[in-house]
Amino acid sequence: MKEVALQRIFYGALGVLALAGFGVGLAAAGAQGLAFALFAVMTLGGGAMCIWERSVVRSAFALMATFTGIAGLFVLLEADFLAMAQILIYVGGILALLLFAVMLTPPDLGERRLGRILAATVLVGGATFFLGLDVSRTANWFVRGAPLDGRAEGDFGSAERIGVGFLALDQYVVAFELAAVVLTVALVAAVYIARRKKSDLEPEVTQQEPA
Amino acid sequence: MGLGAYVAVSAVLFALGLIAILARRNVIYILMGIEMILNAANLNFVAFNRFGSMKLDGQMFAIFTIILAAAEAAVALAIVLNVFYLFDSIKPSEADLLRE
Repeated sequence: MKEVALQRIFYGALGVLALAGFGVGLAAAGAQGLAFALFAVMTLGGGAMCIWERSVVRSAFALMATFTGIAGLFVLLEADFLAMAQILIYVGGILALLLFAVMLTPPDLGERRLGRILAATVLVGGATFFLGLDVSRTANWFVRGAPLDGRAEGDFGSAERIGVGFLALDQYVVAFELAAVVLTVALVAAVYIARRKKSDLEPEVTQQEPA
Repeated sequence: MGLGAYVAVSAVLFALGLIAILARRNVIYILMGIEMILNAANLNFVAFNRFGSMKLDGQMFAIFTIILAAAEAAVALAIVLNVFYLFDSIKPSEADLLRE
């Protein structure tokens, strides 16, 4: 009963904020602003739902909205290859891994504490608000004397240019190979760690007890 | 939409990730909060790349962040499974063998 009321309050507030965001976006920049508001609401609403929901599975699926909204914002920023990579890797890969972690561990439905969420929100939200206020008042972002409000030269985000950037000897080839090595080592190590049995872990623990 | 709007969305997403880490006593939520924080950083990289006069450096940074996030998620899943085997719980406050 109380839970239902809480859900109504949360989702009502979320819906009102989303509608306000759509209105502000539409008033500020027309159709582009509306698209931006849509993806921003997806991103932030998903994040808020992830924190709010009691069940971990629901939180994981709320996180899917966040990742998809970020991909949409990447499209608006003319980074189309990155948007595709975001959907493939985050929604297809990392979220699936998270769901495996959810399924292999026990659910803990009584773990959400409203007081804790409120305290963290007040603490982090207040810090973010005042820091953002300060930054928006004082910072002006310039690059080589030009204000950061136009688009840079060159076409953006095409997969071909990113591929050339990966493989050209004077750009990112070292970082690219290094990332490949790191990914291989990390995945092999993850498989090795995950396959250890309980009997492999316990001797280190029980040796501590006599002392 | 200007640079400020994207930076604002990124800042709020970062705050949400931090709240997820602080508010929920569950390793899975800590992982989710880390993913949100990484996504917020990525959004900043791509936004500054779009509005600044650099070529593709921001997007390249974002791609490497995504690669490392994938590796981190795999290793984190393995660690969560081990913690669960060892402690029969995935609350970070109960994994306290090193405290004594």
